[in-house]
Formats: sequence, C-alpha cells, structure tokens
Amino acid sequence: MSGLALLIPVALGLGGAGLVLFFWTMRNGQFEDLEGAANRILIDEEGDEAPCPPTMPAEVRK
Amino acid sequence: MNAPLAMAPGNAAAITETRLTVPGMRCAGCIAKIERGLGQIDGVSAARVNLSGKRVVVQHDAGLDEGALMERLRGLGFDSHSAVEAAGSLEDRERTMLLRALAVAGFGMMNIMLLSVSIWSGAGGVTRDTFHWLSAMIALPVVAYSGRPFFASALAALRRGRTNMDVPISIGVLLATLLSLYETSQSQEHAYFDGAVMLLFFLLAGRALDASMRERTRAGIGALLGRMGKSAGVVQDDGSVRRLAADDLRPGMVMLVAAGEALAADGTVESGTSALDNSMITGESRPEPVGPGGNALAGAINLLDPISVRVAAAGADTGIAQIARLMEEAGQSRSRYVRIADRASRLYAPAVHALALMAFAGWMIAGAGWHQSLVIAVAVLIITCPCALGLAVPTAQVVASGALLKQGVLVKDGSALERLAEVDIALLDKTGTLTAGQPVPDLGKLDIQDREIALALAQVSRHPLSIGLARALRDEGVRAATVDDITERAGLGVSGRFGTQSVALERPEADDAGTACALRRGTIVKAIAFRDPLRSDLAEAIAAMAALGLQPRILSGDSAEAVGTVARKLGVAGTGRLRPEEKLEMLEALRRSGYRPLMIGDGLNDGPALAAAHASLAPGTASDASQQAADAVFIGQRLMPAVMAIRVARRTMAVVRQNFGLAIGYNVFAVPLALAGLVTPLIAALAMSTSSLIVVGNSLRLARLPR
Repeated sequence: MSGLALLIPVALGLGGAGLVLFFWTMRNGQFEDLEGAANRILIDEEGDEAPCPPTMPAEVRK
Repeated sequence: MNAPLAMAPGNAAAITETRLTVPGMRCAGCIAKIERGLGQIDGVSAARVNLSGKRVVVQHDAGLDEGALMERLRGLGFDSHSAVEAAGSLEDRERTMLLRALAVAGFGMMNIMLLSVSIWSGAGGVTRDTFHWLSAMIALPVVAYSGRPFFASALAALRRGRTNMDVPISIGVLLATLLSLYETSQSQEHAYFDGAVMLLFFLLAGRALDASMRERTRAGIGALLGRMGKSAGVVQDDGSVRRLAADDLRPGMVMLVAAGEALAADGTVESGTSALDNSMITGESRPEPVGPGGNALAGAINLLDPISVRVAAAGADTGIAQIARLMEEAGQSRSRYVRIADRASRLYAPAVHALALMAFAGWMIAGAGWHQSLVIAVAVLIITCPCALGLAVPTAQVVASGALLKQGVLVKDGSALERLAEVDIALLDKTGTLTAGQPVPDLGKLDIQDREIALALAQVSRHPLSIGLARALRDEGVRAATVDDITERAGLGVSGRFGTQSVALERPEADDAGTACALRRGTIVKAIAFRDPLRSDLAEAIAAMAALGLQPRILSGDSAEAVGTVARKLGVAGTGRLRPEEKLEMLEALRRSGYRPLMIGDGLNDGPALAAAHASLAPGTASDASQQAADAVFIGQRLMPAVMAIRVARRTMAVVRQNFGLAIGYNVFAVPLALAGLVTPLIAALAMSTSSLIVVGNSLRLARLPR
C-alpha cells in the first residue's frame, strides 16, 4: 500500500505533465503545418533553390 | 531638397499581414523559393509558408499592396489568390476545443483504466474503495470538461423541443457518473467511471476527425464582388473626368476605362476598340474584342486601349451582382441536405430513450428495486450509443479525402462526399472544364534564343496571354534571357533591349481580336498563335463517367457550333448558348424529374449551377466564386481526378454503410445482454473498444484507391 501512495501520484503527475505539454504545443501553433515541418529540413540554407523531388506527380515536377 | 522629409511619415507605416493561398506549392524547394522571393521585396518583413494549408502569411508595410506580392509570386512561377479566411475563425476554435477535450478525456481514460484493471483483477476491501474514490476524483473534472461539446449540443436540441444523438449520450454519461458516485459512497462493488470516460473519448475522437476535415465553405461571395471595379472615371457635362465610387454610378453616365482597369458597371461601348478579359465572368481565357456598340460587363478587365462605356446597369443590377445573388439563393437548396449520420440518429435517438425507459420500468415491475433498475437502464443507454456509431462516418470520410488529396482532389467536407456518391447525371461546362482553361501558345516558329527573350518579356506582364506564354516556356525548362530596360505599355505590349537589339512582345499588326501576339527582334517579327486545347484524357474520362452511369452531357455558354463539334467528337449530348439562368433552370428541371445532377464547371456563369447541383466539381483554374461554390476542386491538366472523386465517394459510402452494419450488429448482440442485466463494466469496455477498432480498421481500407 505504501508503494501505491507514491506510485499513483507519480503516474498521475506524469500523465498530467504530458497533458499540460500538449496544451502548450497547441497554443504554440505546433500542429498548424505538419507537412511543412517535415519538408523544411530538406531546405538547403546556403545553396540554390532545391528542385521538387522526383517522387512528385509528373504534372507538378515539370 | 526637402524630398526626404516628405518621405518620412510614410516610413512609420504600420505593419500589416496579408494571407495568400498558393495552390501550386508542393515541396521544400517551393517553400524556400516563396519565402526567399517574397522576402526580397522592399517593405516585406517576414513571409511564412504553411504547406499543409497551401498558404503564405506575409508581414509587410501597409503601403505595399497585395497585387505586388501576387505579381512576385507569379514571377516565381506560382499562381496565388487572396485568402479571405482569418486566423482564429469559428471552425478553427471549434476544432481546437474538441482536440483539447479529446486530450483531457484520453488522460482521464488511461488513468481510470489503470485503476479499474486492478479492481477487475480482484482488489477488494479498502483498496477497492480507495481506487473508486481516486477514479471519481479524476472522472468528475474530466467529464465536466470533455463532456461540454455534447452537453451544449444536447441542451440546444432540447430547448428547441427536439432530440439528437447527443441527448442519450449526455444522459448516459451524466447518469453513469452520478450513479457511480453513489455506489462509491456506499462501498459497492461496481463503478462505471471508466465506461463513461471511455465513451466520451471515442465519441470525441470521431468528432475531432470530422472537424479537422471540414473547411470553410462559402463565406466568400463577398470576395467575388471585390473583383468588380471599385470606382470609375466618369465624363462630366463640361468634358472633365471625375472619379466616382461604383455605388454612385447611374445608368446613362459615360465611364472612361483605361487599359488594365476593371469595369465597375455594365454598359455598351461608346467609342474606342479594345479587348476585354472576361475570365472572371465566363471562365473564358481568351480576350474578347469589343468595339462601339459592344457589350461590356462589370468585372471584365480592359486589356488594350482606353474605351468609353455608357453605363447600362450599376451596383446591384450588374450581371456579376445578379450572379452572386443567384448563387446565394441556389446554395440554400443544398444546405437543406441532411447528412447520413444525422438521418441515422434521428431514428436512433428516440429508440434508445424508449429502450432504456422500458428496461427501467420492466425491472421495476419485476421487483428488482430502483437501484438495480437504474443501473441496468444506464447500461442500456451506454451500450446503445456505441462509440463505433460515432466513428463510422468520420473515419471513412477522413481517410477517403486524404487519399483523394494525394490525387489532386480537394474535397470540402463530409456532406460533399455523401452527395458526390449519390449523383446520377453529369453536366459539364465546355471552356475551362473540357479544355484546360489556359491559353497554350504555339512555339513552333521560335528558336532557343527567341524563347529566352520571350520569357524575359512575358514574365513581367499580367496580360492573360503573357501569363500563358510564360507558363508554357517555363514548363519547357527555358531560362529567361537578360533583357534590359523592360517597359510595359498597357494595350501595346512589353518592350526591352537585348544586348544592342531592341526586342518586344506585342500585338501583331493584323490582329484585332487580341488572340495572338508576336515577338519582334530588331525588324524580324514572329507570330505566336494561342489556342485552348482539350484536356488530354478527355475521351477516357467521359467514357469512365458513362461507365459509372452518369450520362455525361455538355452545357455551355459558348456558340452552338463549337459545342456541337466537341459533343460529336465525344459522342455525348451538348447544348450551347446558355445563359447562367438557363443552366440553373435546366438543373432544376432535372432535379424535379428525380435526377441528382453533378455539375462540373469553372466560370462565374457556372456559379449558380454549381451551387444548385446536387454535387459539384470545379477545376483548380476556375474563378474564385466557382471554387467557393463547388464541393470539390481538382487540380492539374487531367479530368480523370474528377471521375476518381466520384468513384472514391461511392466506395466511401459503401464503407460507411458497412460500418453502420458493424456498429448496429454489435448492438443487436449487446443490447439483450444489457437488458438482461448481464453487462458488467468490463464487458462494456471490451465490447466498445473492439467494435471501435473494427470500424476504424474497415475505414482504413479506403486509403488504397481504386484503379
């Protein structure tokens, strides 16, 4: 029982921390552009503009 | 001398924010190109692309106008429209609210389950009571927070004397929570906190999916009228010209319309010849030549020479305003459409209430005591609004619209998919729908260097032919040559200097229609003809539509001969020379005779028909108004995505029906158990999760598109 007195608050606290973090990320707009975030790592900061990757449909690639 | 002083007040100008939609952006390269390109403009402080929303938010000095930004984007090879939608719209807030409620319910559900599992596995005595109290402490705030969307909707329905799916959900959840609280205080064996919170979680998951799919639909008719000229130079009695706002124009006045200006009212040309860009109104990309006595419509853009126009109709009487009004009225027939989930729940909710009430009364009569009777009634309530039913429709629709998005079809909302699945006759506009809607130049006479010069000249102009020429050249991988001293003279063309040679892109001598242009280098002139070709997969797409039983036919505002030629080529029926009201009438006649018509069109003149049709599609090149009115927009040069949309919609509805079957099948199995008082929280929880998972799994099958 004494173990539970410690473990249950810990479990609740961790879950609660996750919840608070989720609320914060939402307020911070981190879910606004999921696709963009995935693509941005491919931008070459110094180089010239990157071409569209060849996996795009043909009409886009051109 | 004091010029810098005069500039000073302007520098303090406030920073404003402009939102543009850029449908063409696809990848990291596009993000970089757009953000850097816009950042280079003077006065732009920041540009941020949102790839998921295909939007770019630009922060800039108030002095800079939207046109300059769009011009720059066009130079980079992207078409853009102004986005009316503001941040933090109503829909946005609703979605955020649902996501938060979902997160809280998820948190509560996991923790309560943790405690419940130990109770099920045999915890007794003090431990069980403690765990029940802990569950209660978690469940009460969670139910109060996450239940709000359901409680609010149930209350609203009850106030109007109606009932909806949220009423049994709310009663079930509230009764289960209160009853569990009572049981816990009496140290009883069972509490139902886990069931109540889990129900909330799964239902919220369905609602959140549904909300994330819905987009702003048709708030933008006002934006359409914004395209009309806002003011006009009016010739006064003494011969001077005064600018009047569009609202102050009266029939009989004479407006002077400069080249590049948009007309603010309908009228007839008094003097001057020119060509008008009517693409706003007809979707026709080719400029239309006008001379004295010719008709000019508000919203058209004067391309070549200044003309004077005698106003025939102004303000709310213009053709464009009437079309906007027609669209608004026609759209109302569609807002009466009842979504399949609502139709189901309209029958379902009263049945659930009756069943629970009967269970309570039955067990009371059988002498079970009010406590046990109530427990059974609550179990019936919870088990009969299974989570699976809440997930049946949204999961299928979200997966299907995601798959369609990858094919270049943007579906506006779930009801659009439902209506697309039901159509049984297809009506197509000609220009811009059967054709690609973009003038394509014939580049045969130009050599490599000609093309590079032509691109350099064409990309600075906003003339539709220049835009088409620049697009075609870019598509061929041509890089612009370095041309200096580029100047554009409205109505005459673009000229510049290439090395020592003077070059120009101009109107050919013999052309009065404004449907061709010519490249001049020194003294050599080469003509460039334009045409609007049929879409490459047209025959295939029409055949596929016929195979789906849609009996495609053509309705067009174009001349009867032009329509007849295409119709014969495709082997379908075609009617030409139709005005917007006539298209609308034909649609309504079809509806009255029991058809559910699908309209595919792009021009503003199709707007009313698009809004009135049972379901409608518009190509990505369509006027803003048509895209607003359509249920789905397809992008690209091919028509097949439109057929794909119908196929996927039909398959989606098949899956939705299967999902309903699964969810109701589960009920048929579980309700007798609940009525017999055999459903423990464990059984309820297990049954709920499995049926939900099966439904989600079934919906995921839609991710694979039919070939």
